[in-house]
Amino acid sequence: MSDATLSSLKLSGDAFLAKRRRQLMVAAAVFAAVACLPLGIGDVYLQNVLILTLLYAAVSQSWNILGGYCGQISLGHALYFGIGAYAASVLFVNYDIVPWFGMVVGGVLSAALAVALGFMTFRLKGHYFAIATLVIAEIGLVLVHNWDFVGGALGIQWPFGADSIWTLQFARDKVPYFYFALGLLVVVWLVTYVIENSRWGFWWRAVKDDPEAAESLGVEVFRSKLAAAAVSAFFTAVGGGFYAAFVSYIDPESVMSFRFSLLFALPAVLGGIGTLWGAPLGAAILIPLTEITRSYLGGSGSGLDLIIYGALIMAVALAKPEGLLSLFTRKSGGKA
Amino acid sequence: MTAQALIQVLASGLLMGLIYALIAVGLSLIFGLMDVVNFAHGEFLMIAMYATFGLVLWTTLDPIVVAPLVVGLMFCVGAFVYVAVVRYAMRTKANAGMVQIFSTFGLAILIQGAAQYFFTPDYRSIKTSWLGGHTLDLAGIFLPWPQIYGGLISIAAFAALSLISRTDFGKALEATREDQGAVALVGIDRNKVFAIGWGLGAALVGLAGTVLAIFYYIHPQVGATFGTIAYVTVALGGFGSVFGALVAGIIVGLVEAITALILPPTMKAVGIFALYLAVVFFRPSGLFGKL
Repeated sequence: MSDATLSSLKLSGDAFLAKRRRQLMVAAAVFAAVACLPLGIGDVYLQNVLILTLLYAAVSQSWNILGGYCGQISLGHALYFGIGAYAASVLFVNYDIVPWFGMVVGGVLSAALAVALGFMTFRLKGHYFAIATLVIAEIGLVLVHNWDFVGGALGIQWPFGADSIWTLQFARDKVPYFYFALGLLVVVWLVTYVIENSRWGFWWRAVKDDPEAAESLGVEVFRSKLAAAAVSAFFTAVGGGFYAAFVSYIDPESVMSFRFSLLFALPAVLGGIGTLWGAPLGAAILIPLTEITRSYLGGSGSGLDLIIYGALIMAVALAKPEGLLSLFTRKSGGKA
Repeated sequence: MTAQALIQVLASGLLMGLIYALIAVGLSLIFGLMDVVNFAHGEFLMIAMYATFGLVLWTTLDPIVVAPLVVGLMFCVGAFVYVAVVRYAMRTKANAGMVQIFSTFGLAILIQGAAQYFFTPDYRSIKTSWLGGHTLDLAGIFLPWPQIYGGLISIAAFAALSLISRTDFGKALEATREDQGAVALVGIDRNKVFAIGWGLGAALVGLAGTVLAIFYYIHPQVGATFGTIAYVTVALGGFGSVFGALVAGIIVGLVEAITALILPPTMKAVGIFALYLAVVFFRPSGLFGKL
């Protein structure tokens, strides 16, 4: 059983509410501090790193809803990210529909697809499930590659236009992207926070810990998984739509390759799965490190960046299996 | 399409399928032994291909001659990875599944980076070998010799595997798979069995690497292509089943060849993936899985 469930059982109602309020206050403080960062950082390169960090934190937190809370390890979330990116791009470039709407369309499409695919994949267990998600995402990648309407292998270039909050186009100033990414992370965090103590949250953890026992106690295991998949896919796709607006050019490999599926899972795994802060913490460490090793060591594809990156993933996975967040929460860490 | 063309396609599909089976069987073997999926399996293949390439360049011998050396080397690589990484991954109490996935995945990235660092991202190939570029003309059906050799090697390896299962070591493997605690009581060193199991798994995919090196390009990302096919093959056949890996490998090879006839070449993987999904929909643990 997860720490959160256990400690919530131990605490009395009042103490529990106080703990929840404290969590909200910590979040408000952290997000407010992050919101001040652009005041001190004017360098465009660093701003880019910050934006990507926030985006990966948000998407990884979305992955965490299905992978961490509900325990269904998806290695195919690039599919939903790609659908979001493509929905926003196609609607904007071909039909002049603002990306704000395109992201939501992508999110709804992804959630619907996640439910439809769930009927097939949620009967699978463990590694069979993980590999099925990987395979489905690969099929999506190949199909998009061969679908001329969405640009095939060439991808979609967003037209250059005037800076506008409606079209999410800012040629020079990156700060608006920063606040959008931060806003997305705040929303996903709040959704996680609310769900964590709703009926769904408890059901998901029950499904994760022991599906058979949960089923026998009246938890609707299958529907729980579908709900987690839908929420998770929705926000992953919104992140994809934002990413497309941010980089202004997408092709199948740059939004849907297997690498992305892993990149969405990694921050949550490194930070601590099934926790409120694991994914943001993991992203805050992993993404700057990736970007910086890439720009300083990865020049001309030397591979040194990959060596460090791979070694880091191994080291954290082996040394801190419960995630780096456990370094900060020692007082409740007296292993149950 | 003539009957002859169809036979041609099926025959090449069958040979490639046997090679896929050989790539996948090590993965399945390790999973069957200890419930661990090695996400660096494709990278084992890549190491073996580079090792073959390097030895051929250095000794100017044929890939077939250096193959036993590469297989022996890969056995050591596999056993080393178990002792240095997987042994620790299996000790963790929290998030065991995640730790296994991401420690072997981190290893895969590290190996890819190392290959890129030492050998550059350039595509390599073994220019001349006894078999490379030669085809067998069987009454109008043309089969490349490297693939024929690969198919025969694969059959030999599966035959050897079925013999191993009758030896004392095979029985120790089977017993360890059944009950890890009980085997310790009868004096079987679990860690030793696991290390040998990893060595064996890596040696098998290494053998496939010595075959592929004859006719396929060698580059740091080559493992990813074959790795995905290996996971699908193992899941299709059923994790842990050696026989399943053989059957699934052949199916994958045939379906891939047939898909290439119908769909554009860029979509040839779709056939395999769709078939896999269709199968697990009806049989969630693959064709011969026990789970």
